[in-house]
Amino acid sequence: MTVTDVHKDPTALTMEIVSEFTAPIERVWQLLADPRQLERWWGPPTHPATFTDFDLTPGGRVSYFMTGPEGEQYHGWWRVCEVSPPDTLEVQDGFADDDGEPNPDLPVNIMRMELVASGAITQMTIRSTFPTLDAMEQTISMGAEEGMKQALGQIDALLAEGAPQST
Amino acid sequence: MVVQTINADGVDQIFQALADRTRRDIVRRTMSDDASVSSLARHYDMSFAAVQKHVAVLARADLVTKRRRGREQLVRSNRDTVRRAQHLLDELESLWLDRLDRFEHLLETPTESDHP
Repeated sequence: MTVTDVHKDPTALTMEIVSEFTAPIERVWQLLADPRQLERWWGPPTHPATFTDFDLTPGGRVSYFMTGPEGEQYHGWWRVCEVSPPDTLEVQDGFADDDGEPNPDLPVNIMRMELVASGAITQMTIRSTFPTLDAMEQTISMGAEEGMKQALGQIDALLAEGAPQST
Repeated sequence: MVVQTINADGVDQIFQALADRTRRDIVRRTMSDDASVSSLARHYDMSFAAVQKHVAVLARADLVTKRRRGREQLVRSNRDTVRRAQHLLDELESLWLDRLDRFEHLLETPTESDHP
């Protein structure tokens, strides 16, 4: 994987990351659209994600929670704005209460992922947009709490678990 | 990792202020140097009073500071406020780069759904 571009605009509160993978677009799409695949990379090792509802259609609802080391759960939801397999997914991403109900008092950000196939390479562009600095702060604090620095441990585990396909 | 806690008070105000293209442009233009309201007004297709109003919104959100020089009103960005947003975007970048690392290794791993 190569990250080819990162663009951050602090005045417009957006971040865009462009990366490239040596894999067919259908396979990369699967990692976004298959909840069992998604939950293996969405949360960091200390806070794995579990997706429950997964209605990837326009207007559809996705529900998930992350489980911390002490068993504590953090609930989140997506509302699907746009979905066009195998190249476009745009969702609103927000927080939910412990029972999984969206919490209207907590911020919502918009996440758009676009895939473009080019030969053996699939390019993925991720764009996050926040409505306010407060929203960005709350959302990112949640991510930081998840212990993202320990992600390396999970990568080792994934590597040990299955031999990579020979190329 | 510690994320700087930002006082939520007034933060909505900050980003309502920045939700407008002209106001974002004013912040950018006054990042390194003071500019008078009248010189700013020359960049936009709007009245001096309208630009002055935009500056007032930015000042209330603490995104710019104003001072007087003679008859002119000088405007300058408050870099600290912009820097806090930048800091958060750095955190977000780091979160996504970690996610993308996991993403890639997953791509290289035969999947359970492929081979149940």
